[in-house]
Amino acid sequence: MWQITIVLLIYLPLVLIAGRYLYKVTMKEKMWGDGFFNRVESIIYKLSAIKQEEMTGKQYIFSLLFSNAVMIAIGYFILRIQSSLFLNPNDIGNMETTLSFNTIISFMTNTNLQHYSGESGLSYLSQMLVIIFMMFTSAASGYAVCMAFCRRLIAKTDVLGNFYVDFVRVITRILLPLSFVVSLFLVSQGVPQTFKENITLTTIEHKQQDIAFGPIAAMESIKHLGTNGGGFNGANSSTPFENPTVLSNIVEILSMMLLPGACVVALGLMITYRKNRNHKALIGKQGTSIFIAMSVIFLIGIAVVYASESAGNPEIHAIGIDDSTGNMEGKETRFGIAQSSLFTAATTAFTTGTVNNMHDTLTPLGGLVPLFNMMLNVVFGGKGVGLMNMMMYVLLTIFIACLMIGRTPQFLGKKIEAKEMKLIALCILIHPTIILGFSALAVTTAGGVAGITNPGAHGLSQVLYEFASSSANNGSGFEGLADNSTFWNVTTGLAMFFGRYTSIVLQIAIASLLAKKLVHNESIGTLNTTNATFTVFLVAIVLVVGALTFLPSIALGPITEFLQLNS
Amino acid sequence: MGAKKNGLLTKEIVATSFVSAFKKFNPIYMLKNPVMFVVEIGFFLVVLLSIFPSLFHAGEEDLRLYNGIVAVVLFLTILFANFAESIAQGRGRAQVATLKKTKSSTSARVIIDDHEVMKQASELRHGDIVIVRAGETIPNDGEVIDGIATVDESAITGESAPVVKERGGDFSSVTGGTIVTSDELTIKITSLPGESFLDKMISLIEGANRKKTPNEIALSTLLVSLTIIFLLVVMTLYPMLQYLNIDISVATLIALTVCLIPTTIGGLLSAIGIAGMDRVTQFNVIAMNGKAVEACGDVDTLILDKTGTITHGNRMATAFLPVTGVSQEELTKAAYLSSLTDDTPEGKSIITLAKEQKLAVQDVEQIIQSSEHIPFTAQTRMSGLDTADGVRYRKGAYDTIKKESKAVPGDLEKLIHVVSNEGGTPLVVMKNEVILGVIYLKDVVKSGLKERFKQLREMGIKTIMCTGDNPLTAASIAKEAGVDGFIAESKPEDKIQVIRDEQNLGKVVAMTGDGTNDAPALAQADVGMAMNSGTNSAKEAANMIDLDSDPTKIIEVVEIGKQLLMTRGALTTFSIANDIAKYFAIIPAILLVGIPEMNRLNIMHLESSTSAILSALVFNAIIIPLLIPVAMKGVQYKAMSSSKLLIKNSIIYGVGGAIVPFIGIKMIDMIIAPLLKMIGI
Repeated sequence: MWQITIVLLIYLPLVLIAGRYLYKVTMKEKMWGDGFFNRVESIIYKLSAIKQEEMTGKQYIFSLLFSNAVMIAIGYFILRIQSSLFLNPNDIGNMETTLSFNTIISFMTNTNLQHYSGESGLSYLSQMLVIIFMMFTSAASGYAVCMAFCRRLIAKTDVLGNFYVDFVRVITRILLPLSFVVSLFLVSQGVPQTFKENITLTTIEHKQQDIAFGPIAAMESIKHLGTNGGGFNGANSSTPFENPTVLSNIVEILSMMLLPGACVVALGLMITYRKNRNHKALIGKQGTSIFIAMSVIFLIGIAVVYASESAGNPEIHAIGIDDSTGNMEGKETRFGIAQSSLFTAATTAFTTGTVNNMHDTLTPLGGLVPLFNMMLNVVFGGKGVGLMNMMMYVLLTIFIACLMIGRTPQFLGKKIEAKEMKLIALCILIHPTIILGFSALAVTTAGGVAGITNPGAHGLSQVLYEFASSSANNGSGFEGLADNSTFWNVTTGLAMFFGRYTSIVLQIAIASLLAKKLVHNESIGTLNTTNATFTVFLVAIVLVVGALTFLPSIALGPITEFLQLNS
Repeated sequence: MGAKKNGLLTKEIVATSFVSAFKKFNPIYMLKNPVMFVVEIGFFLVVLLSIFPSLFHAGEEDLRLYNGIVAVVLFLTILFANFAESIAQGRGRAQVATLKKTKSSTSARVIIDDHEVMKQASELRHGDIVIVRAGETIPNDGEVIDGIATVDESAITGESAPVVKERGGDFSSVTGGTIVTSDELTIKITSLPGESFLDKMISLIEGANRKKTPNEIALSTLLVSLTIIFLLVVMTLYPMLQYLNIDISVATLIALTVCLIPTTIGGLLSAIGIAGMDRVTQFNVIAMNGKAVEACGDVDTLILDKTGTITHGNRMATAFLPVTGVSQEELTKAAYLSSLTDDTPEGKSIITLAKEQKLAVQDVEQIIQSSEHIPFTAQTRMSGLDTADGVRYRKGAYDTIKKESKAVPGDLEKLIHVVSNEGGTPLVVMKNEVILGVIYLKDVVKSGLKERFKQLREMGIKTIMCTGDNPLTAASIAKEAGVDGFIAESKPEDKIQVIRDEQNLGKVVAMTGDGTNDAPALAQADVGMAMNSGTNSAKEAANMIDLDSDPTKIIEVVEIGKQLLMTRGALTTFSIANDIAKYFAIIPAILLVGIPEMNRLNIMHLESSTSAILSALVFNAIIIPLLIPVAMKGVQYKAMSSSKLLIKNSIIYGVGGAIVPFIGIKMIDMIIAPLLKMIGI
């Protein structure tokens, strides 16, 4: 438990610093290194003919969709012809169509769901030019949209910010420098960074084994910083080459938690500073209440995973095997229960999707937590969109809470009316529709059922997990699912696509509507959205709405497993 | 029950509501309420299934009786929701029934080419000229163009004292249904038949022409999306259950759907809206639309006229201040005698104050009889009386008395200064040519207002007083009344400027007014309440009309607005919170067939799967009528800070809403489980 506590304690100051930095990048305030960055960026702007003019919400979204579409097209093309391109020392063949579709959607949407194994499915060129490239660009797209969203919440106009400028600044000022530092640290821990071909050697059992490596460190850092999660190798961060030591494990956990948390801090600062920039604030009252609400749900999650994994598997206990170390099936001995539990909770709450243990082998309740984290998709969440999802719940909570005190609902002085409510409701609807709809489809069609490798409840958990992971753009796998088939490639591809883009479009639309609204007065008679009462109310709404939506399916999956295992 | 006092359940209303509740089963009408529409579709399906049990699924013949029971409960659910709406409408209708009676029988003398022609009120057109004589009913809304007469407006105001109506000015508008009690009036009709003020009022209160308010639309959106989510949950549950080889009947799926979708708030939503308008009407205030009532809940700033609203409007004597050398009693007596024949409110208040100070004067009647009364005139600017023995008592403004008196006592100026500084009006009293002292006349703040303003402040509402007084007087009254701000020497244009300024700060402003010159400000304000005694233009500009012409009532209306929104929020929270217990009742019951271990989640220890499902469904139905009183009366509202209010309501309706169904479902299960065994289900 102390291991978890220490990591979280280190996290707090880091996220506050990162949040302030993100705030400055977002609001284009003066910051350290401006001279250098401005010069680099102006070259980029010139080269790519970026005009830097302010955009409306609509233009912003269009730019996002357009640029992502172009990247999807190029990426898809490379995957399909990778065998004939350079930097392919291991002679990897071209990727099949539906798998390419799935992979390219997966990385552009920052999901990083992998229906292939990196070591056998991708050339080094594809790893770098498609995978690592998209890890930067998809994360930058997400943060850019989040910036646009947050700015509109506090603005009085819908014409502000330029997608391309935000996109470039996120990469140059945040993702690249941080990745560079983290990569070097990982290399120091033993993560390889090389263009050499795989090593084939003879083991002591006189069998041939391929040792797969490549430019891993470069991917490993952005994979976590950008809450991407796709592994260089199939086994992701559980392999020693991706995550060799406890230190690298901690750095990877902190990397993936850093920026999603920083988004909340940045929004908090934007709200606090909107009236008075000289205010002294670490995160601001509004930021605090949202941050605490997310943290509470996150901590409950960790506690459940840790307790459940520590308790172990009663059936293993029953056959007389010593399980005093807890449920170690599918876990790395160098990490143990604590480091694995924290990684599991973080990777699903912050929707990274990288894994350092196999979630398929978690105990039923231990597996319920990552599943539920992704179903909620608001506990920090990845690449900025997590915050936007949470804001949908904040607006919903405000709507109900305001009525409870006899006011028509308003947030930051802006009224939430029928039009906004419609979009908010749609936004909250999308996620369960995708998860439940596709899951129902999977268990009723031959193509879907063929992929399920476990009978009964656990099989259903696999299905739910796969679609929850896709729709939440998480990308972690329950694994165990035989998912490289046309059915699974196409359905999860669609789930990832709609899970990402419909929400983003609706959320920016809501922000645009709010941006154009008259700002109303705030007094003691209006709802206080910054105190403990509101935070409790928010957590309750998130949990109740989430639970009501997913309880039946969870009851059939993990809860049935739990009851059967402990009967 | 307190509700009965408000006439919540008279036999007549219940009877008619019951009938109309059945009429509302019409699916086209139901479409207006999507949540209940889903229930109705479910109902039709289950009815089909109780006739043809194997319609969707072979081998379910033995479920006929079970399906039938589910159908009955669903029927009751819809009926209860319809009943709630009907009752709300019925109460409104009862309130205006008397008005309608007065209206329908009216006939009118219409002037056509200088001849009087009798016509039915319903045939009158805009612009018609009618003559109404003493004892006749004014046929329709209009403007007095000739004559002066008293009009009994008690039919709409409840105030029995007749009102003088005359051409021009603030008293020229008349309302259909009121009765002329003296003289005659020539009236130009200003409304079309069926569109008069009264007609509008009737249809508004009845809820017939009710449009959904913005907030109601937003809330409906939320309810619809919750309904969609739960439909999705149930629809996807079926294939998942199939995958796990668990059988479930269609009726049970429908029961689950109906239990989960927010039927409680969905069923009561329109009743809450109608009842909110109705509560406003009970205060004798007519809201032109529901939106105005809703806006009341948001009011940040209340702009009130001083005269008539904050103060009684007439100055009252509050102290007698003698000059040096004159005894208190001597001054009191002189003031008393000088006012004996003075019928003005000021004069009367002097008599009252003197009596309060235990002044004993003998033979008052005789003094009055024998003295000569000197009334107030614009020239003399003083009044009083000359007694039979030649003593002259006078009171009046300082300037005039000064001229009449022999000498001005040294400290008189000081006394006058004290009074003026405190915002009062000094009246100087003189006996023969000797000045005795000063009567302190003061505009008295209505009792209880200070507490009201304090409450408003706690609710986050700022009060601003408008007055024509000088800043000194204004400040003093403002302090006494406890308002947050004031505008002295204000002109009508100032009022509109204040409203604009406040609105620019993002505030929602409410104001009251009656004069024609108030009309622009009433229109500019978010909530404008016109007095019924006021001009037509003021009434048209306002979105609320107070039939009693009591401006302080805007405070109550603000509270009703808040109550309306709170009731919606509270019942929504309650409805959602209920689902937790329903899940605990139904999910184990459904899954028990395939997963025996599920019984551990049956924490309520419900008897059987069937009784668990039916108990949840029955609870879901009967909670609607149980909450009708809450919907009608509104959630109790007390002025307190928003945070406290949120905590209080979350505990009652959130936590309470989570706990109550556990108890309720268990109790229902205990009752119906033996019954179900008896009929073999």
